[in-house]
This record gives sequence, C-alpha cells and structure tokens, in this order.
Amino acid sequence: MSKHLTDFILHLADSTLILGQRNGEWCGHGPVLEQDIAITNITLDLIGQARSLYQYAAKLINEVSKLSESEVPPAEGFKAASEDTLAYLRTEREFKNFLLVEQPNSDWGQTILRQFLFSTWQYYLYQQLKEKGSDTTLAAIAEKSLKEISYHVRWSGEWVIRLGDGTAESKKRMAHAIQELWPYTGELFLPAPYEKVAEVDFDKLKPAWFKKVSDVFNEATLLVPQHVYMHTGGKTGTHTEHLGYMLAELQYMQRSFPGCEW
Amino acid sequence: MVYLLWKDLTACEWITGSQRVLTGVSFLTFDINYRNMVFQDFENKFQDKIDNEIKIEPKDWMPESYRKTNLRQISQHAHSEVVGMLPEGNWIGRAPSLKRKAILLAKVQDEAGHGLYLYSAAETLGMSREEMTDDLHSGKAKYSSIFNYPTLTWADIGAIGWLVDGAAIMNQVMLTRTSYGPYARAMVRICKEESFHQRQGFESLLVLSKGTKEQRTMCQDAINRWWWPALMMFGPQDSESQHSEQSMKWKIKRKSNDELRQNFIDMIAEQIKTLGMKLPDPDLKWNEERKHYDFGEINWDAFWQVVKGNGPCNKQRLDARRKAHEEGQWIREAAMAYAEKKMKQNNY
Repeated sequence: MSKHLTDFILHLADSTLILGQRNGEWCGHGPVLEQDIAITNITLDLIGQARSLYQYAAKLINEVSKLSESEVPPAEGFKAASEDTLAYLRTEREFKNFLLVEQPNSDWGQTILRQFLFSTWQYYLYQQLKEKGSDTTLAAIAEKSLKEISYHVRWSGEWVIRLGDGTAESKKRMAHAIQELWPYTGELFLPAPYEKVAEVDFDKLKPAWFKKVSDVFNEATLLVPQHVYMHTGGKTGTHTEHLGYMLAELQYMQRSFPGCEW
Repeated sequence: MVYLLWKDLTACEWITGSQRVLTGVSFLTFDINYRNMVFQDFENKFQDKIDNEIKIEPKDWMPESYRKTNLRQISQHAHSEVVGMLPEGNWIGRAPSLKRKAILLAKVQDEAGHGLYLYSAAETLGMSREEMTDDLHSGKAKYSSIFNYPTLTWADIGAIGWLVDGAAIMNQVMLTRTSYGPYARAMVRICKEESFHQRQGFESLLVLSKGTKEQRTMCQDAINRWWWPALMMFGPQDSESQHSEQSMKWKIKRKSNDELRQNFIDMIAEQIKTLGMKLPDPDLKWNEERKHYDFGEINWDAFWQVVKGNGPCNKQRLDARRKAHEEGQWIREAAMAYAEKKMKQNNY
C-alpha cells in the first residue's frame, strides 16, 4: 500500500522534474526576452512542485525504514532519503515520468505544446487530488500547485492558439509538433499498478483533458489527430533513449562527488 | 520642439526687437549668434540641473553627446545582462541539488528582468529595443567582457555571484545616483537583486570551502580564474579611459574606474578571509599609509584582446544570441500576425 503511494508520488515528482529540466534548456535562448522569463518562471514552478513531492516521498520512505529498523539493521552506507537522493541517485529504470516530458526540445512550438498537453493533464488530475483529499499532504501540494498550473495552462494554451492561427509557417510547425507529441499522450491515461491507491478517476480525467485540448486546438484552427498509435512505458520505468542522457546531465555532480553538501 | 525653444528663451528675447531692422546678411549673423546663445543657455541650464542634483528626464533638453553616452552605456548594460544569462545558464542542467537549481534559475531570470528594465530605460533616449538588439548582433554594440569567459565548474557559479556581481554592484550603487532619471531608477531595483545574488554566491562558495578537499580545490580554482577578469570589469585605468572626464562632469559616473576598483579589492580582500581561500595576487598587501590594499599589475593586453573579440567565448556567446533571435523570428511574426488578426476582428 505505502509502496504504491510512494511510487505514485515519485511518478508525479519525476514528471514535473524532467519537464522542468527540459524547459530549463530554454533559459537564455528564448525567442524574445519576455517569453524567456515566462518559460523560466514555469520551470521554477515545476522544480518547486517536484521538490514538495520528493520531500513527501522521502518522508514516507524514511518512515518505513524506521519501522523495519528493529528487525533489520540499516545497510552499510545507508542514507536517509531526501529530495536530492530521490532526484539525483535513482536510475533511468527507476524514474517514472511520462515519455512525453523527456522528449528533446525542438522548436518553441513543440515546447509550448508539450507544456499545454502536460499542464492540462496536471490541472485535472490535481483537481481530483485536491477534492478527494484522502491524503491531506498530497491534497495540500495539489492545491498549492493548482494556482501555478492554472497559469501554465492559460499561458501555453494562448501560445497554441497564437501559433496555430498565426502565419502559414507557424501553423505548419504546430501541426508538425502535434504529430510528434500526440503519440505520447496515451500514457497520460493508462493506469499504472500504483495508481489504484490514489484512486485516480481516469474515466473523468481523460474526457476533461480531451475537451480542453480539443477546444484550444479548435480555436487555434488545428486538427486533433485520430487513430494514432500510443507509446507507453515511462510510468513504469521503460523510457525512450533520451532519458539516460538527461539524467547523466542532471545527476552529474552528485554522481561525480558522492555524499557532498552543496 | 520649436515651442519649447521659444518658451525657454525669455532671457534672450530683448535682443529680438532691436535686431529686426538689420539687413539680410547681418540678420543671418544674428541668427547664428542667436542660436549659439540659445544653445549656450540650454547647456548652462542643463549643467545647472546636474550640479543641483536634479535628474534629467527623457523630455528634457540634453546635449546630443549626453544622450548618446547614456544610450551607449545603458544599452551596453542591458546587453550585458542578457548575454550574462548564458555562462550561468550553462549550469542550470547540472546544478548539484534541487535547491541550487531553483536558486540559479531564479537568478538568471532576474538577469533577464534587468535586461528588460534597462532596454526600457534606453528606449526613452530614442532607440528601439529591436535596433539595440541588431547592434548587439552585428557587433556594433558591446557588452561586458566578463561574460566571454567560460563557466568550467560548479564553483564558477558561486564565484560569478560573489566576484562578478560584487564588482557590478560597486558600479551600480554609484549609478543609482546617476544624472539620467530612468537609468538611476532602474538601478535602484537592480541593486537590490544584485546584492542578494552576491550573498547567494558567497554562501555557495562558503559551503564549498567547508566541504571535501575536491570541493575546496574547485572553489580556489574558480577564484583564481575569475579574480583578474573581475578587476578588469571596472574598465581601463583612469589615465587610459576615453569617456571618463565628461561622464564625471555630467554625473553619469561619480567615481573613477580606479577608485571603484580599489573599493572592490578592499572589500573582497577582507571577505575572502571568511572563505579561507587566497586571491591569486602575490602583491596583494594592506598598505597602512594609504589605508587600502596594494595589488599587482593587471594584464591589460589580455583585457584588450577580449574586448577585441578574442576572448575564449566571444564567438560562442554572440552566436548563441544570434541563433535565439533568428530562431525566434517565425514566432514573433506569428504573434504579430495573430494580434493584428484579432484587432481587425474586434474592429480596433
């Protein structure tokens, strides 16, 4: 039970961290200064959310290891879990983020579309977590994050509309971005074994997400793809080749200089 | 403009009547003399304002070279903020903890914000942000040479905060009292954030200095590499500085390059004691008579090489800025096209 809850929290944390890591690549390279600031702001929100979630997961993990201490002494070199051990010392097979968020950045259109698809999912899922409230810590994190997420949905949605309905070139680029990213959206609604514990209502989540995305695509004069094959595996640790490189970068310092304070 | 000219000329108006009867030729002479008088009068009033610590505002009369000097300096400052995002951005992906990642992101975002205020301040002098950006990309406009050095290890991020932002603050605190109003006001806000950055940088080095042998080595190495370039940030020695004298008279600057540099050295030479590190200058020594630290010779040849474009990262930094701008072209066009479409639909 508790392992499932921890895994679910790690899945949420990993997805926000990895998207934050991707968005962070834009910092200093945005198309115009105001938008450079906006995407960095969103990145900061995502890193902040990931930290809250990792801290909660670490607390649960440490509680379990304390309970078992009476029977089994801690292994040599055992270190209590923390937000940093969870982010920096797990492998690509342990990360549970969506494949969607690890996809390499191409152009700005793809970045804001990925943000829109992800933030919309996050919005409706976190609404559920907040309303159910069976786990008060998770409900509190969801409530706090929702204020940020509402802005992310609005900002990225406005960009989808602006670029979809902008020039012929921007429309073409957005259509291409949809084609590239849509196959990674199926996983957003494919329950993983650990999600049972969180009582995520996928029957509600998917139509809510689909309606919002369709409405925005419609306003953007973009088409919603039909009958697309969906790639899956991220939520259970089978990733695309890209994640290994991301972790190599993300974890470089902690792997090179183990056990240091920074 | 004509209206303003006349309105401000009451002191000279008495001449007008008596000169009206003059012939065409002498009338022309009068006109030139008159214009000189007018100009002199404006310049006196302008200098009076400066001497009396009244800020010059965008719509006030100002000598053309005052406008140009401010425009050059403010736009150069704005470009420095924006280019300065690159060496620090280099470590966002590899920051060693989530907390450090968040701090670094927030810091680089602050630099972008400073760029924005400064471009706005510069725009009040009659040049658009687009034109300024074009000048940066063509190489016509400069930015601070400090950003042409590479950030090789994590400790460089701390060293930039402590030394580079520290040097910048020396200059910027002075600029909060600069004579051009919009620049001075932008600087007040920027200074608050920069001094926060400097403390963060120092704190990050302090952690390294108390860490493992590898961390301490990393810390010392970063200080060794950033120290001399940081000293060069104050610009050439006073004897070599092209723009200094006039800028002091106009109170664009209030302290000379050498004065600011000395203040900075005195501050850092004390702060480094807390870190238990050394500054890479064998000649650095407290001078009881001067009440300042003496320091070694700065390698100005190296400085001028970087200014001329031969620093380790000049090309890389400008290429990155150009690339971001070029790849942003279709996005800016689409955003404009969309905005126009919406305006038409709403009958604006």
